Amino acid sequence: MIANSSSTLNPVLKGFVLPGLPQPLLTPEANAGYKKLRAAFEQVRGEIEALNPDVILIYSTMWPSILGHQVQARPELTWNHVDEEFHDLGSIPYTFQFDASLAHQIVKEGSVRGLMMKATDYNGFPVDTGSVVALKLVNSNLKIPAVILSSNIYSDRAETVVLGKATLQALRAQKKTAVAIIVSSLSNRLHSEFIKPSEDKIHSLKDQEWNAKILEFLEKGRLEDVAQLSRQIHKEARVKKVGNFKPFWWLSSLMGPHNRYTGEIKAYEAIYGVGAAVVGLTPALTAARDLEFDEDSPEHYSGERNVLASMSSMGPGMSSQTLSAGEELGDSGNE
Amino acid sequence: MTKMTKNQKGQIVAACLAPHPPHLVYAENPPQNEPRAECGWETLRWGYHRLQESLKNLDYDVVVVLSPHWRTYVGTHILAYPHFKGLSVDPIFPHLFRYHYDLKVDVDLARAICDEANAAGEPTKLMTNPDFRVDYGTIISCHMTDPSWSKPIVAISSNAASAYYNVDVMQEKMIELGKATRRAIEKSGKRAVLLASNSLSHRHFTQEASLPEDMSHEHIYNHNQYLWDMKMIELIKQGRNQEILDLMPDFTEQAVSETDGGALTWMLAAMNRPKLPGIVHAYGTVIGTGNAIVEWKVEDSSSSESGAHL
Repeated sequence: MIANSSSTLNPVLKGFVLPGLPQPLLTPEANAGYKKLRAAFEQVRGEIEALNPDVILIYSTMWPSILGHQVQARPELTWNHVDEEFHDLGSIPYTFQFDASLAHQIVKEGSVRGLMMKATDYNGFPVDTGSVVALKLVNSNLKIPAVILSSNIYSDRAETVVLGKATLQALRAQKKTAVAIIVSSLSNRLHSEFIKPSEDKIHSLKDQEWNAKILEFLEKGRLEDVAQLSRQIHKEARVKKVGNFKPFWWLSSLMGPHNRYTGEIKAYEAIYGVGAAVVGLTPALTAARDLEFDEDSPEHYSGERNVLASMSSMGPGMSSQTLSAGEELGDSGNE
Repeated sequence: MTKMTKNQKGQIVAACLAPHPPHLVYAENPPQNEPRAECGWETLRWGYHRLQESLKNLDYDVVVVLSPHWRTYVGTHILAYPHFKGLSVDPIFPHLFRYHYDLKVDVDLARAICDEANAAGEPTKLMTNPDFRVDYGTIISCHMTDPSWSKPIVAISSNAASAYYNVDVMQEKMIELGKATRRAIEKSGKRAVLLASNSLSHRHFTQEASLPEDMSHEHIYNHNQYLWDMKMIELIKQGRNQEILDLMPDFTEQAVSETDGGALTWMLAAMNRPKLPGIVHAYGTVIGTGNAIVEWKVEDSSSSESGAHL
């Protein structure tokens, strides 16, 4: 049962997890798994067409940023993209339309919430392979404008949760509906030697087991549980290229930080060793399981706390690690 | 200055630590780059100018560069298409670097390095797609050492062994790749300049002044990084190149160094770690990172510190 069809609760109609490597786009026939992933992408395309959202929102783990959070704000980008790793699979010509107005609104809302935000509006800007693959496959001929958000390599949970909330606030401000996509593999360890497509498999049994656990949660609609597990997933199943595994923090804070979703695993296969899953998450009335979560849900990002600084160099003001510092005193401390 | 004949053994004539902050090209205002700057990072740019003058006095045929911004996870890749022309836009600093490049590749030497690396057991492949966008690290290091692009290049990707395994594994792989590069150059009969395209300490500020070239905001990210940078530069100036390799794991981890991409290890291995002081043309920071411009005049060196180990 879809709980959010009127969009009164949340303007995000549906969420998707999509892998970003180019094989399902460029060589779907090379391996039965790639072909299943391609079919799953096309299923997602059909669902998006039926939902007819105003915008497709993408948070791509394959677009790293350093100066805060970048948001693609070029109304149209045309290029002939070549992946830096799988360049021998071919070139990917594209023309994409972006919702510049919403992109600037996200920048504005994020800035108000304390985030370093930058609108990116440059001819020839290198859209990452993951976003290119996603938009080519799920938005072909639909012409739904997109917004892509970068993944800051240093940011952690609080910053990413605030980014999700800023994205939601921007949608509400412009009264737009959206589907939300995270471009991310599950386990992300590629084979480090050249293999034939027919030899493809998940890199290790450990990666396979963690992927199975993540998919078990997602199939039951336990989005916030996966978000809460992100640090553990990063530790166990991710190559440490960035500070943390962030996409589910963004998705859950955007769609709603709970487990009230219907999950559908449309495909799960290996692409050159990584765990590639196509997953759909639809808002639902009931939760598969509700747990108490032990982390704050910050509304505002206050920057790095510089906890290693000497006491003498610390200025006045809040120094607690919790964003709710002092609230407990108001509840009971004076009684 | 003597030109070698084809029958002569090729050699590495110079090796340079050539970091690639896009800010340096931005502040130079070359015609290839779209954004315009008032000034900025002069210490580093003047250092690059000194390096340019020094290289002008060398007779060489080709530049071989390894860039951490062409990051590959499945083996090492090498550009092997004769001519690339296009627009490079830095994904992190697009407001500073939108550069129209037009460069030539020494495909024969690229193939030779690839063959030598594969023969040594290092998975390596050629990049032959003409639509490929050359990474901005390669472009910046090459531009800053030779703005006229007078020589063909060979561009090598950075294998992500540091992230996949650790710095020790990365070093083993990059030492093999360096040896393969040297063998290929020697067999080619060509005279090569090597570029390691990386900063030293590499923790960035995540915020930027509204005017990027406002130098009142520019300083090292933290003192720990600065101390590590000075330690490495001291070793460079003293020609203690083996110790640089020995310290690389700790340095890379504790200074969040861009040496994790393997460029410096590759270059030191290719030049066979001579007991040769590097000429430090400049040291300076860019958005908090530590950058040294260094030249080793390898042609002048006849001794090897521990080449037998390689």
